[in-house]
Amino acid sequence: MSILGNRVVRLEDPRFLTVGGTYVDDVPLDGALFVTYVRSTMAHAVISSIDTAEARVAPGVVAIFTAADVDLAPRPPAIPMLNMAMTRPWLSTDRVRFVGEPVAAVVSETRAAGVDAAELVFVDYEPLPAIVDPESAEQSEVLLFPDVGTNIAMDIGAMMGFSPAPDFFDGCDVVVRQRIVNNRVAPCPMEVRAAAAVWGPDGRLTQWASTQNPNALRDSLAEAYGLEPSQVRVIAPDVGGGFGAKTGLSTEEHLLPWIAKRVDRPVRFVETRTESMLTMGHGRGQTQFVELGGTRDGKVLAWRNVVLQDAGAYPGMGGFLSFMTRLMASGVYVIPKVEFGGKTVVTNTTPTTAYRGAGRPEAAAAIERAMDLFAVEIGMDPAEVRRANLIQKDQFPYATAMGATYDSGDYEQALDLLLDAAGYRALRDEQARRRAEGGTRQLGLGLAVYVEITSPVPGPEFGGVEVTADGKAVVRAGTFSHGQGHATAFAMIVADRLGIALEDIEFVQGDTDLIPTGQGTMGSRSLQTAGVAVAQASTQVADKAREVAANLLEAAPDDVVLDTASGNFHVAGSPTVTRSWSEVAAAAHADGDGLRVDIDFTPEGASFPFGAHLAVVEVDVETGRVELTRFVAVDDSGRILNPLITEGQRHGGIAQGVAQALMEEVRYDEDGNPVTANLADYAMISAAELPSFELVPMETPTPLNELGAKGIGESGTIGATPAVQNAVVDALSHLGVRHVDMPLTAERVWQAIQSAGEKA
Amino acid sequence: MKPAPFEYHRPDTVAEAVTVLAAHGDEAKPLAGGQSLVPMLALRLARFEHLVDVNFVDELVGIDRADGWLRIGAMTRQAAVERDAVVAADAPLLARATPLIGHFQIRNRGTIGGSLAHADPASEYPAVAVALGAEVEIAAAGGSRTVAAADFFLGTWTTALADGELLTAVRLPVWSGRCGFAIEEMARRLGDFALAGAAVAIRLNDADDGVAAAGIGLFGVGPTPVKARRAEAALVAGERHPAEIGRLAMADADPTDDVHATAGYRTRVGAHLVARAVERALAEARGGQR
Repeated sequence: MSILGNRVVRLEDPRFLTVGGTYVDDVPLDGALFVTYVRSTMAHAVISSIDTAEARVAPGVVAIFTAADVDLAPRPPAIPMLNMAMTRPWLSTDRVRFVGEPVAAVVSETRAAGVDAAELVFVDYEPLPAIVDPESAEQSEVLLFPDVGTNIAMDIGAMMGFSPAPDFFDGCDVVVRQRIVNNRVAPCPMEVRAAAAVWGPDGRLTQWASTQNPNALRDSLAEAYGLEPSQVRVIAPDVGGGFGAKTGLSTEEHLLPWIAKRVDRPVRFVETRTESMLTMGHGRGQTQFVELGGTRDGKVLAWRNVVLQDAGAYPGMGGFLSFMTRLMASGVYVIPKVEFGGKTVVTNTTPTTAYRGAGRPEAAAAIERAMDLFAVEIGMDPAEVRRANLIQKDQFPYATAMGATYDSGDYEQALDLLLDAAGYRALRDEQARRRAEGGTRQLGLGLAVYVEITSPVPGPEFGGVEVTADGKAVVRAGTFSHGQGHATAFAMIVADRLGIALEDIEFVQGDTDLIPTGQGTMGSRSLQTAGVAVAQASTQVADKAREVAANLLEAAPDDVVLDTASGNFHVAGSPTVTRSWSEVAAAAHADGDGLRVDIDFTPEGASFPFGAHLAVVEVDVETGRVELTRFVAVDDSGRILNPLITEGQRHGGIAQGVAQALMEEVRYDEDGNPVTANLADYAMISAAELPSFELVPMETPTPLNELGAKGIGESGTIGATPAVQNAVVDALSHLGVRHVDMPLTAERVWQAIQSAGEKA
Repeated sequence: MKPAPFEYHRPDTVAEAVTVLAAHGDEAKPLAGGQSLVPMLALRLARFEHLVDVNFVDELVGIDRADGWLRIGAMTRQAAVERDAVVAADAPLLARATPLIGHFQIRNRGTIGGSLAHADPASEYPAVAVALGAEVEIAAAGGSRTVAAADFFLGTWTTALADGELLTAVRLPVWSGRCGFAIEEMARRLGDFALAGAAVAIRLNDADDGVAAAGIGLFGVGPTPVKARRAEAALVAGERHPAEIGRLAMADADPTDDVHATAGYRTRVGAHLVARAVERALAEARGGQR
């Protein structure tokens, strides 16, 4: 019986739960200095002077650098679709564009000395008007990049030929329209960003980093410093979460090798939580103008979404993500006409970046909200409106108007499983009862049926398997587990194919000297890329081993069988005469070149997990307070390798999705000052605000890879956010409330009730 | 490390503590549980040249009842207050307020004296103190004094404590007879500071259901905890309509806008919470003799 599909307890957890991990800040580095960045306290200002004199003579200070010292060219956006003239300096030159931007670097013997000295660097700012609201950025006379002449960083509509058709809604009985704010949120991984740089006597750079993609970081550093990739070694030790924000190539860590060279010592940088909230990057930040038209009997005919994406001060990954929103615009529905337009603008705020879901939650939130608006308008149950428009299971592979090809799915079954598990009818009856009673606690039900894209970036991924002379295995991967449980998942694949015990399988990742290539972990890609490579490498190692075993057994290789239950080789039909892995491996290493296979696996294409979520909320109409009382989720990510791990991913994703809907929002005042820069002011969700999730299993394998696996890392945030938002609006729909923007704080919900009451 | 540099003092007695405090005036700050002060130091929102750590002053710890008063030493941990049978019996409002403070890890360190001296207007203990009519005991090198809770809180994070003074204990009158107590608050998350809240104590006449005494402390709706005198008086005068009592209570409040809520919303919710707490306290009081 295969180990795959079993609830195998994570192999990495005992270490994390007992002695703890080893993070960048824990790595011993002899003689390392500490780098503290002096950060802009202004959102938008011209720098008239920087006075470092007092700080230079402060105790423990080794050096202080400003832009005048840095002889590296400003960097254009990392993504070519963005306006490449909007370059980012390493340290602020003549102006600052957001609060938190690094202006100077203090290098000190201790961290404490650096923090103290940074306070003694005096920067004179001449304030400029700040652009905080993305909707004012396009027309504003205030320009973040005066030489560029515009605040538009990308015009996705123009790039993709968007031109609103005048007859777009012809034939529609009903058209609903809504401006929807997909609120800006902070990723908040447990470990903040950290990095260290050491130059070797051979001119080789070693960089420790808290990253999701060590090999990409290696290549980026090599490019920045004019080195061959082989002259750079990136080591990612344990990494405490990333949620997409650690895929970026941060200025603070990229400058470390330059600083290390100038001071001729190793240097280390670890940000504080407040710094992290200001500069790690934020997710979402998209304003959507949606229009959906259809017939009174529930058929959707036309769907248009025009988005305004906030890139923050320097366009990067976040500015580009509306491409993902566009690709997934029509969700799980057959819609005859789809249009998508929009722009990306720069504002005097923290740059936006990838955050769990990265463009797809925005797509799902827009259409799932619009489906509910449509359902209310035509007086149909939201579940039935969705059912009437779902892509049917015999339509896969399904090509969408926006150019995606969904690999496999059965959306109606997901919806049915959900409604059954939730007891949807009974909940609707309870809702009706409470409405009739007119009490203060009203019930709301929110649905989201979603599809998302995983492993969206094409190209190969590395996975390798080696059986060492003692019959144990080493598995290597070019992905990078920073909480995802790859040590367990990939070992399970090896164990399944080779019959080697889990505890005898060593997992290696995160050192570019040991892992030659790899894209890292993002976009829910690891199992369906590196996992498949590991599976294929395991199969090939088994083939090699059978040849060695054939020699030992004096048989033809084709007649030798590997019994994965016992981990022994024998001749077919003669199970009593066996050779163990250790015997075969010893022979292979003694007589040949060992047992190692490295694979670069290129998937046929991206895969499209899907599911259906239902949120049940109680809203106190006296105070606006929302309580999430139930959350039911069907998530189909193809074949499940380890339900324990996928359930963990679903739990975390749902929690973050609920958080965006109910409480989390990065906010600025009108001058661009951040007002949610710590975890007291920024309402990151905790278990106390969440019910136990009711997870319903569903498995529709993908034909795209031999594991049948799609990704699961981001499904939770994609389905949960619109489900919760829809539930809150649903609870109040009888009062005339049609839409409330996120986060659905008590005050905002209460205001919506008041406004609806005034209109009525 | 993250705080600005400071000199650390660790007295073993109140006498030693007030001597150190007196020596350094406004450059010194007592360090109690550290659950508010330390984050403020780490963010450099607060700076002191001298921190006087009173965590090793044993005489500041303990809960005693005498002469109709409950006396709780300043360094008594919130977790100890939460679990104490005497507090549960003689100051139920304090016992019920305690689980609303932060999280259990915070209550394991946080102290009742620290919470009162820190005087965050959105925190629970100051409102309970004004609702019940508590007094705080204050020591200094020149002698000690007692201040009524209603006179103790002067502004956000500002109290009647002068430089060199140390809050040593809080004294809570034991409300006996036909009493009821309730605390209601609205916070964004479990353990967050309240957007608005109300702590209510009511004593009924023995003979009828008339209100003999009412104490209402509001929190999160002004620069200090607010004693809702008009609502208290109305209750004693016979007003029973919850919405009216809530409205009267908020007439004494002075809420402001911040990142978490507007003043208008705080007023609205505050009135609602007062009404709910008063209803609950009345119901408990009517339920019988305590």
